[in-house]
Amino acid sequence: MNGVHDLGGMQDMGPVEAEKNEPVFHEPWQGRAYAVTRAMGAWRKWNLDASRFQREQIAPLDYFRLSYYERWIVALVELMLKNGMVTPAELESGKPDPGSAKQTPPLTADKVPILTSKGVPARRDVAATARFHAGERVRARNINPAGHTRLVRYARGKTGAIHVDHGVFVFPDTNALFLGEKPQHVYSVRFAARELWGEQAAPQDSVYIDMWDDYLEPA
Amino acid sequence: MTTNRRDFLTAAVTAVGAAVTPDLARAQEHDHDHDHDHQVVPSDPALRVKALESLLVEKGLVDRSALDALIDTYEHKVGPRNGARVVARAWADPVYRQRLLTNADAAIAELGYGGLQGEHMVVVENTSKVHNLVVCTLCSCYPWPVLGLPPVWYKSAPYRSRAVIDPRGVLREFGVEMADEVEVRVWDSTAELRYLVLPERPAGTEKMSEDELASLVTRDQMIGVARGALRGQGDRK
Repeated sequence: MNGVHDLGGMQDMGPVEAEKNEPVFHEPWQGRAYAVTRAMGAWRKWNLDASRFQREQIAPLDYFRLSYYERWIVALVELMLKNGMVTPAELESGKPDPGSAKQTPPLTADKVPILTSKGVPARRDVAATARFHAGERVRARNINPAGHTRLVRYARGKTGAIHVDHGVFVFPDTNALFLGEKPQHVYSVRFAARELWGEQAAPQDSVYIDMWDDYLEPA
Repeated sequence: MTTNRRDFLTAAVTAVGAAVTPDLARAQEHDHDHDHDHQVVPSDPALRVKALESLLVEKGLVDRSALDALIDTYEHKVGPRNGARVVARAWADPVYRQRLLTNADAAIAELGYGGLQGEHMVVVENTSKVHNLVVCTLCSCYPWPVLGLPPVWYKSAPYRSRAVIDPRGVLREFGVEMADEVEVRVWDSTAELRYLVLPERPAGTEKMSEDELASLVTRDQMIGVARGALRGQGDRK
């Protein structure tokens, strides 16, 4: 989706404001928002790509108006509603609907160290044909899907070279829509900064972008 | 999402806290010409999240102690000190450095780190001729096991938009002036690979222990918005 989340190359967004000795969470609710989102993910009713896609669907004006963890909560609520895990009435009242059965959370405190230290790998140990090899010239396809994609707009139609083959990974464009993992090779592709941005870029600089096989064509 | 769906959602998510406080949109739109203390207005997201958490706990969808454990992990256990230990080891041990650059997952695991949002790691090395800078232009991808959760600026529109088109300008704002002869490589982490920059070992550190070396390494160096230097040398920051 050509959404406002795809920020690479936009201008006039203001200075980068780094804060000295920044806390992990500025306010306790941000930590709770973070943790609630992770804990609800443990139900596996959706996947990482689907939750990213949900955040991307926040209306453009809201995307910038809301703070980071507010976006997380908005997307989480939508995912829970879609999956029937909460009802609009419950969100309004703050109480479980009368007669609803109490469930058992999949993520308990003792499982947190396992989740954080093992993670949720996106690499797949399956055979997939690598259509491209290190050193080969490739072009990022000019596609504009309305769904989820990790093919950044600023690279579409641009020519680069395969830097390295990272192996086989879940394909977010299908996975986000629950259309299957479609495992395929991911490559680091090197684009000269001038190929992306023209003469204003330094001639020696480059941008390396991770790209799935389906995003590329021979150049 | 349709407009109706969106309105419904906004209403649903604000309704949880709406009984106590006006919604965020109205709070922001109100006239700021008059003088009053904004601190007296309760934080709307705080109330909404609190109400949401209570609802989910009551429904048995989340376990409150699991939430506490998650927050404790990233507030107190996992952070940039982990990454600093990796860097210090690489500086102190050339064989480890080589392993780190060729198989980052295994090398980082040797020090006991790895996991969520760092399942597939890549380490890129700064030299006198190459400077690396990491960004996620699409969201906020960041190597949690070695750096913890990302700072606000890393997730912000200014950094995400500009790091790829004007990395030298961004670096200048961080107090790093890149010489023309240095090649700047920007790594846009658009997939599930997570990037850690291995900074250059500062001169004058030859006799330092690994602990002392680790104390020199900063989070910003490992993202690539700062260069390594002993105090008083080089970078302003």
